[in-house]
Amino acid sequence: MSIIRARKLAFDYLKMDDEGKVENRSRAVDEIDLDVKEGDFVAILGHNGSGKSTLAKHINAILLPTEGTLYVDGKDTRDESKLWEIRQTAGMVFQNPDNQIIGTIVDEDVGFGPENMGVPSEEIWRRVESSLKAVGMWEYRDHSPNKLSGGQKQRVAIAGVVAMRPKCIVLDEPTAMLDPNGRREVIRTVCELNQREHVTVLLITHYMEEVIHADKVIVMDQGKIVMQGTPREVFSRVEELKSYRLDVPQATLVAHRLRQAGLNLPEGILSNEELAAELEKLRAAKH
Amino acid sequence: MAIRIEHLNYIYSVGTAFERHALKDVSLELPDGQFVGVIGHTGSGKSTLIQHLNGLLTATSGTVYFNDQNIYAEGFDKKLLRSKVGLVFQYPEYQLFETDVFTDVCFGPKNLGLSGEEAEARAYKALQQVGLKEKYYKMSPFELSGGQKRRAAIAGILAMEPDVLVLDEPTAGLDPKGRDDILDQVKQLHEERKITVVLVSHSMEDIARYVERIIVMNKGQVLYDDTPRQVFRHYRELEAVGLAAPQVTYLMHDLAEKGWDIATDAATVEETAQAILEYLK
Repeated sequence: MSIIRARKLAFDYLKMDDEGKVENRSRAVDEIDLDVKEGDFVAILGHNGSGKSTLAKHINAILLPTEGTLYVDGKDTRDESKLWEIRQTAGMVFQNPDNQIIGTIVDEDVGFGPENMGVPSEEIWRRVESSLKAVGMWEYRDHSPNKLSGGQKQRVAIAGVVAMRPKCIVLDEPTAMLDPNGRREVIRTVCELNQREHVTVLLITHYMEEVIHADKVIVMDQGKIVMQGTPREVFSRVEELKSYRLDVPQATLVAHRLRQAGLNLPEGILSNEELAAELEKLRAAKH
Repeated sequence: MAIRIEHLNYIYSVGTAFERHALKDVSLELPDGQFVGVIGHTGSGKSTLIQHLNGLLTATSGTVYFNDQNIYAEGFDKKLLRSKVGLVFQYPEYQLFETDVFTDVCFGPKNLGLSGEEAEARAYKALQQVGLKEKYYKMSPFELSGGQKRRAAIAGILAMEPDVLVLDEPTAGLDPKGRDDILDQVKQLHEERKITVVLVSHSMEDIARYVERIIVMNKGQVLYDDTPRQVFRHYRELEAVGLAAPQVTYLMHDLAEKGWDIATDAATVEETAQAILEYLK
């Protein structure tokens, strides 16, 4: 069953004049159909202003569709009586970890969500423990969040969402402000949540290497979905991606250059390991 | 004509419980016209270091020389220094504050005491240098896209015609094309106006592509200071301090491990493709 089902989903940002009349409307999401299966890892790519964050904010009903419908786990996001259930089903993690952490101690911060939901306190602490362990931050439970590195803070923010036991997590450029190590930590955590806990993941990013493990990649442009498929299918279309202001992983780009220079390599190489193995075949064939 | 740093120490919140030694005995020189990259994990001291370059932070001990003049000496013109060493902070678009883009870019040169006409001429030139189209000049900064705002903010610094341009993660949060556009523009400025560029970045791939020298900061000290190829040879040490080499460097190491007789220090896509083609020739 689809945990996220969008049908002709559209959203307009409105610009009001001084009298509160609509002066200008700009369509950010344009009649999107989208199905995400429970347990999938879906990556959303697109240039700045392509509509991906606007789409993401619909999934936990921060924004409501101007036209069309969006069902999250079978619930229409426009049904106000289901709002809290929807927000519990789909948690969000944003770009800047400093804007998402409110507690003075790591474990209190992670417990804030479930406490707010009225979870009994014994259960809160069980959830705090399991969520912090899931993101590898249990040993920092009694630290102050502002002494942590960017990657650690972001993992605490993810634990805070995990503690609410969502079926789905939407991450909007969670690594944009992090150093290489922080980026690795966060992506590893997200992959593990998806594989071990079977949480559905929607990851928005500008780093192409982060999406090669996704089940599905969606490319957005001008509010529409313009490409979708497995990472291999999408990244084999190098020139098309460039036309959408995007990129491909470096290994894919090297393979693309080598193909252009006449080497017989398959399309859609995603990682260094794959490329090295293919090159090794070429070398063996020569000798 | 250069910036020279000698035995620089900087301690945050001296004498309090929050005391932190952010820079420890840092000495280095930035000669004119170089394109230098600064890398280091969060908290390694790189932002603290660059804020010393225009005197925004004052060293706890040690000296900074700008064109052989001690910037801490009495009577040294700090205002002039700040116009000569332009600092573009992270997310500079948050610092746009005027009612339209053009007025915002004029603010810097006007503050230097230039006449309105001169300031406008400089603003116009700077906006052209960052490749922002004229139709945006009279728009509110808030109506621009992320990449455009970032360009406007950089133009605000360029309008002061600095000799040294320091950019703290200028591409964070931008899409790949926006990232390439901004860095290409900076490179062009570097080549045409011969200005020194100091680029702080978390993207090893970007650093490898643009800079001629990399300074690696770790725990407030300079760990490496060399060409990209030399620095990325230490990829295991870089990983140990929270950094990495560009992805292609790992590919070359994979191949070498499989027995390819190939130099492993390629740091860009072009260098890598070239090395592989030559080997398979």
